[in-house]
Amino acid sequence: MSRAVEDQNRRLLRARDAMDRSYAEPLDVPAVARVALMSEAHFIRTFRETFGETPHRYLQRRRVERAMFMLRQTDRSVTEICFDVGFTSLGSFSRTFSAIVGESPSAYRSHSSPEAVPGCFTMVWTRPSSFGEAKVAAVD
Amino acid sequence: MIKITHSAVFVLDQDQALDFYVNKLGFEVNTDVDLGFMRWLTVNAPGQPDRQVLLELPGPPAHDPATAEQVRELLTKGATGFALGIQTDDVHKTYEEWKARGVEFVDQPTERDYGIDCGLRDPFGNNLRLVQPVGGPSSAADPSELARQNG
Repeated sequence: MSRAVEDQNRRLLRARDAMDRSYAEPLDVPAVARVALMSEAHFIRTFRETFGETPHRYLQRRRVERAMFMLRQTDRSVTEICFDVGFTSLGSFSRTFSAIVGESPSAYRSHSSPEAVPGCFTMVWTRPSSFGEAKVAAVD
Repeated sequence: MIKITHSAVFVLDQDQALDFYVNKLGFEVNTDVDLGFMRWLTVNAPGQPDRQVLLELPGPPAHDPATAEQVRELLTKGATGFALGIQTDDVHKTYEEWKARGVEFVDQPTERDYGIDCGLRDPFGNNLRLVQPVGGPSSAADPSELARQNG
C-alpha cells in the first residue's frame, strides 16, 4: 500500500519538475500527465490531493513567478515577458498575473527591485501562493 | 573551531542510494558498516572525507512504522526541503556527464547573481543543487560574499 503511494508521489513529482523545467514551452496538462504515466483525469485528481492545487494552477504560478523575476531583473517589455514564460496571449497573461499577484505586471514592475538571495530559493519562496496568503486582487 | 562534518538525507533504499551517489554523481563511500540496529552508510564528495552525508533509512529505531511511512511519503513528493548543495568548477560539463548517466534534472544550468546553477533529484525525491560559483569555486558559498556581490 505505502509503496504504491510512494511510487505515485514520485511520478507526480517528476511531472511537477517537468513543469518547473519546461514552463517556457507550450506545455499543457495532457503532456504533463504523460510524464506521470497517468490518464489526464487521474493525474489532475491525484496531483491536487498530493500538492494541494491543480497542475494547471501550479504551472500558472511557475510562469507568473518567472514573469515576476523578469519584471524585476530585466528591461524586457511586458509583452515579451508574457511569451518568454509560456503564455500564448497577453490577455490571459495579464488576467492570470493580476489574479495571482493582486496587481498588473506593469504595476508590479513599478515598485519592485532586484533581490539579493540565491535564485533557486527565490524560485521557491517568491512563488505566489495559492493557499490563501496572497493579497486579494486589487481592482485598479 | 567548529565545523560541520555530517549531515543526513533520507533515502528509501540504501543500495539504490549508493548506486546513485557513487556511480552517477561520483561520490566516494566513506563508511559502510552494519551497526546491528542500522546500516551506517556515509558518502563524501571526491577528496572531501571530512564532510560526510549519511544516507539514512527512515524506520526503527528512530521512527515507528507509521511515522516512517509519513517520512517516505513526504520524501517522494519532494517535500523534505533542500538536501544538498554541490559545487563544481564546470557546471555545464558536470550537467552533461550526469545527464548522460540518467540523472533527473529539474532545470538547466541558469546564470544567476552568484553563479550558474541547476537542480536535480536523487531517485527518492531529494532536492539537490549543482552550482558553479561566480569567480570559481568556494567564494560564493559564503553568504557575506553573496551579499557583497549583490551590493
